[in-house]
Order: sequence, then C-alpha cells, then structure tokens
Amino acid sequence: MQAFLKGATVQAPKAQKEKALAGSSTEKTVKAVPWVEKYRPKCVDEVAFQEEVVAVLKKSLEGADVSMLTWNYSSSPSDETFYIALVIVLICPVLYRQRVLELNASDERGIQVIREKVKTFAQLTVAGTRPDGKLCPPFKIIILDEADSMTPPAQAALRRTMEKESRTTRFCLICNYISRIIEPLTSRCSKFRFKPLDNHIQETRLLDICEKENLKYSKEGISALVRVSEGDLRKAITFLQSAARLSIAKEITEHTITEIAGVVPNKMIDNLLHICFRGTFEKLEVAVRNLVDEGYAATQILSQLHESIIEKDFGDKQKSAIAEKMAVVSKCMLDGADEFLQMLSLCSVIMQQSSQD
Amino acid sequence: MSLWVDKYRPTSLSKLDYHKEQAAQLRNLVQCGDFPHLLVYGPSGGGKKSRIMCLLRELYGAGVEKLRMEHQTLVAPSKKKIEINTIASNYHLEVNARQGGRSVLFHLLFHCFTSYFIFFFIASHLISSSFSLLHILFHLLFHCFTYFVSTVMLETRTRVVIQELIKTVAQSQQIQSSTQREFKVVLLTEVDRLTKDAQHALRRTMEKYTATCRLILCSTSTSKVIGPIRSRCLAIRVPLPSTEEVCSVLTAVCKKEGLLLPPELAKQISERSGRNLRKALLMCEACRVQQYPFSADQEIPVADWVIYLRETANAIVSQQSPQRLLEVRARLYELLTHCIPPDVIMKGLLTELLNNCDGQLKTEVAHLAAYYEHRLQLGNKAIYHLEAFVARFMAMYKKFMEDGLDGMMF
Repeated sequence: MQAFLKGATVQAPKAQKEKALAGSSTEKTVKAVPWVEKYRPKCVDEVAFQEEVVAVLKKSLEGADVSMLTWNYSSSPSDETFYIALVIVLICPVLYRQRVLELNASDERGIQVIREKVKTFAQLTVAGTRPDGKLCPPFKIIILDEADSMTPPAQAALRRTMEKESRTTRFCLICNYISRIIEPLTSRCSKFRFKPLDNHIQETRLLDICEKENLKYSKEGISALVRVSEGDLRKAITFLQSAARLSIAKEITEHTITEIAGVVPNKMIDNLLHICFRGTFEKLEVAVRNLVDEGYAATQILSQLHESIIEKDFGDKQKSAIAEKMAVVSKCMLDGADEFLQMLSLCSVIMQQSSQD
Repeated sequence: MSLWVDKYRPTSLSKLDYHKEQAAQLRNLVQCGDFPHLLVYGPSGGGKKSRIMCLLRELYGAGVEKLRMEHQTLVAPSKKKIEINTIASNYHLEVNARQGGRSVLFHLLFHCFTSYFIFFFIASHLISSSFSLLHILFHLLFHCFTYFVSTVMLETRTRVVIQELIKTVAQSQQIQSSTQREFKVVLLTEVDRLTKDAQHALRRTMEKYTATCRLILCSTSTSKVIGPIRSRCLAIRVPLPSTEEVCSVLTAVCKKEGLLLPPELAKQISERSGRNLRKALLMCEACRVQQYPFSADQEIPVADWVIYLRETANAIVSQQSPQRLLEVRARLYELLTHCIPPDVIMKGLLTELLNNCDGQLKTEVAHLAAYYEHRLQLGNKAIYHLEAFVARFMAMYKKFMEDGLDGMMF
C-alpha cells in the first residue's frame, strides 16, 4: 500500500499537485491524472448529496474528536464511499503517509496480515500536534476498503485489535454490503449509509467537469452518460474521459457514449423482443447469432433485456417465468457456458411465454 | 510462401479495411499521449489482434515487429519453479492466458486442425502438381511450431505468473524515454480464461504500475471479465465484418494476388464463413488451389469434421434406438479424439438438429443444448454430457413423433 502511495506522489509531486488544484484546471499537469482523481472532492463541503453523513462528520471534525470508528457503507457502488475517508485525512494532509494505512481488496488481507501488519501499525502512538505546532487529532487511521471481501476469520481477528488500540487508532471500513461483515464488528462501529446519487446531481457534476476541461458536448450525450452509469459517478467520469480521448475536438454524442460503455443500442434490443413476440424460431436464431457476432457481451444483453421485459405489459405469471429463466441463464454464464446457446434458450422462453397470452 | 491470412494482414491503422471510424478514434488515442489500459473484445476472426498490432505499430513504429522468444523461470511462493515462454519485442510483451496443461493442447490442436485442414488440402494438391514434398512438410511443421510456441504452456492458472511477469516488465524503465513512450505494453490475450483470482490480482497490478506499463487485454467476451477490470479499461468492441465487407476484402486480396474472383463466389464464401474473415480467406485460398480460374458456382471445400458432424446429426434424426445411440457415441468419440472441442460439437449438433424439427420442438432442443452445454463446462468428461444430450433428444423426438402419429390416427 505504501508503495502505491509513494508511486502516486512521485508521479505528481505535492507542490505541483496543489498548484493544479488551486490554479486553473485547463493547465495540464505533467502526468495525466485520471479525472476521477482530479475531480475528487477535497473537503467535506464539496461532497455532493450525502447531507446527513456530511453533517455528522463535520460535527465530529469541529471537536477534533472522531471519537467513533467510522463505518461507511453504501448500498450501491457509489464513488462517494471513498470520499469521506479522504476527508477525515485532510485534517492533516501533511501527515497522510505517516498516519494512514490503507488496504483494499487487491492487498493481501488474510488473517496473518491482520495479526502482523495491522496490529503493529495500530500499536504505534502519534503526537497530538503537527510539525508546525498546530493541533491535530492524536490518532492514526486504518482504512479497509472493500471490507466485505475479507474472510470472516480475518474480520474476527480485527475485533480485539479494534477495541484495544482505540486510543491510538481509528478504523474505517468501507463496503458495499453490510450483511457480509460479521456482527461483532458492526456493533463496534458507527454506520453511515451512502445513497446512490441522484441523476440531477450527477448531471451537474458532469457538466461542471465538461466546463473545466473545455469539452464539446451535446445534451443527449450527457443524459446518456447518466443513464448508462446507473448512479455510479466514477463510471460516468471514466466514460467521459474515454470519450474525450477518443474524439478529440469533436462533440461527445450519445453514440460515442453507448459505444464506450458497451451498451447494446435500444433499437437492437427492441428488434430482438419484437422477433420474440411475432417472429418464428428461425428468425430468432438469426437475430441472436447476429447479436453475438456484433460482439456485445451477453451479460449486458441480459441486463438490458431484463429492464425492457419488466416494463412490458405481460401477465405477472409470464414475467416471473421469464425472470426465473434469466436468473438461471445468468448463473450459467458465470460458470462459463456458451453465450449463444444460453441467449437462444432465454429468447425461446420469452417467445413461449409471450405466445401464451 | 505464406498463407494469405498472414500475407495480407494490415500493418497500420490507416490500412484497415473496415471499422474505419474506430481506427480513426484509435489513432486519436495514440496521438493524445495519455494512453489508457485497453480491453479489446469481439468474436474471433473479427480482427482484434490485427488492430492491436496496428496500434502498437502506431505507438512505437516498426520496431514492434522485431519479435523474439523469451524463456523465463519464475518461482512461485510454494518454491515451485514455473517455466514459461513469452513473445516480446523491445516495447511489448505478449502473454497468453490459456489455462495450461491439457486444455492448451486441446485447443491448440483444434486450431491447427481447423486452420490447417485447408493447408493440408493445399498441400495435397500441390504435391500432385509435383511440388517438393519436403518443402511443404517443412513449412507446415514450421507453422505449427510457431503457433505452438506462441500459445503454449503458460501456467497462468496461478496469479503468480501474471503478477511476476507484469512486474518484471513494469519495473524496468524504458531506456531512452525522451525519444520513446515512457511506458511498455503488456498484451494479455484471452483474458476471459483467467481465473477470478488472477483477475483480482491484475486489478492491483494495473493501478500500481500505470507509470511504466499499460495493459492491452484481449478477449472474446466481456462477460467473464470481472467488473473492476472492465471499469479500469477503455473497452473497444470489434464486431465481425458484415458479409459485404468480407466480400470486398476477398476481392481486394484476390486482386493483389492477380486473380479474378467472380462476385457470386465471393458472396458465397463470405456467407459460408459466418462473417469470420480469417475463415473466409482460408476458404478462398483453398478454392484457389482446388480450381482456377474460378467459376461462379464452384464448390467450396468443407472441413471433414463438419461433414462428419452433419452425418452424425442425420443419424440421430433418422432412427432413435439404443443401438443407434451406441453408434452415435462411437462417432462422438471419434470427433473428440480428433480434438474437436466439445462445445463446438454441441453447437454443430444443435444447428443440424434444429433444421430437422419443427416449432415447438425447436424451443425444447435449444433448452436441452443450453442445459447440457452448461454442465459440460462444469464437468470434466465431455462425452457424458454430449451423450446425455443425444439420448434426451432421441427420447423427446421419438415421443413427439409418436404423439404426432396418434394425432393422425384419431
């Protein structure tokens, strides 16, 4: 982890980074920074939409007393999960490297690491003042990103450490599903729920970035971006940057966005469904073969089909039969079954069900 | 003498024959300097690899084509030594993510089989026209050998290999970074065959070494690539060329060879190839060997196993009895021992069988095929599942026919 941090700071030395932040963003930094990083909120007030969480945190920051262990979880993979962690840290940016240990899913996080690395880090005490004499909270922070992918034994190993070292260390666990964290840990933490972002707020954020990067965009392009990203701002920003790279000095249109996101055009899905309802099996076979040949991912087709089927006016019974088949197909595809065969099987179920009205 | 497929492979982005808009976008990408990780996906035979090589050439110039084979020994945490072969130039490293061991050999042989059955065909014809037998055999062996080395024996099942390989590339800086790009490229093909574990390992590696190394991932579908990797890459979809595009490429290639290809034949070949350009070119070359000048209604040579599979399907439809099941079993074994992958057999059988049944039954057959193909992926002995599929089909078909007869009686 430290190596990663080091890598990042070597790339963009601090002075330069701060200049870039404070100064105009039109001036490009030497190394290209992903926009997701570039436009991450730098203080609590900038965090969009999560009012309750922000209010609580601000309160505790004022007292310079993060007396509780922070526990962030979000029901959707929202970019915001990570913000707060940074926000707390920003009380003392200078001390970041000394005081923060960050571990995410790609690091080794077995029980061994918890026992050795985390424990020794947690046992160190730190001073309550900064080098320049100002006050700062006298503790360190350990951030465990994607804590739900930790094994239960490793989580269990955290229990005692968490309590015993609370004088010197605060833990911050970030996860998507709180149900995958063992009960003893959840009871030791205060929890913050992050809502998925509102479409409107995403849109303003994206427009803001477009403005700062001098991009040409069309209204449809941005709304497509919001639709495609499904409340995930990180995804939206990454797509936006990719689109900007691919089409230099050209307008970012709906077409580019759908292409980058790998989304199947609605027209093709509608066409497929139309054949399911009206056509014959032969036509269906051709259509499915065509879809697979175009290179669209079957999982993507599946999720889009699912959406349109739910909206269609079928009987409840038909819908549930189709949904069940979709679940089966999805599992089979995870196991590595052939996409063409699975899609064909699914579509023929849809065909069968639609003819039963 | 080399195959047309290799001979006329486009070498720069501007020379690509189709998806021109995408090629322009790729060129933009190279020019803007800020090169992301790429995930190139699409069905096989659509020109993914050609595009990647063009892109690399655009990035680094002609030096990319000077390839050399490297032999490396890695030590796994369990102190076990893993030996691997890679293909590399000064600027990039190519790693194939096949899962090693048995399946490698299986797929490899199949690949040789399908692409080179035509070669055999050509060879046999050439022999009769008194070419040097030795020369042809040598060439054939050489082809097989290079193919072998490029795909083989990467025990990439363990994530160790992925991590170690990329680390070694990433940790060595480019020497003259002022004149060159400051990153190297690691080309990982068939990412969808990587285990979940290895994919998760990639995720960290991708972030950690962005300064010195970019990854180009290549896979047939994104379904089996985990979300976090997908979101870190710029995804580029390469659809198969349309039949018209295949036609025009065929005509262009024939023109370069100084041959005259009648448009009817071109159309027929491109339809037969199922929009797979590599297959189409091989077919076209086989036609050339078989008969030249071309005639419009010339017969296009088909692989032996395809005909064999068709006969098998016909046998299943014509009679349903335990006796016949045994015969079919023998035929399936024959196909398997000739290294035709079981999923290809299953799909081939399905298409043939579908032609032979009507409406209601088709749906059922499609379900059956999907069901057994899934189990085939999970299990490890293909013949069980293939045989089960055939048996179930026979039972269903027979019942359907008898019901039909009863209906006629009353």
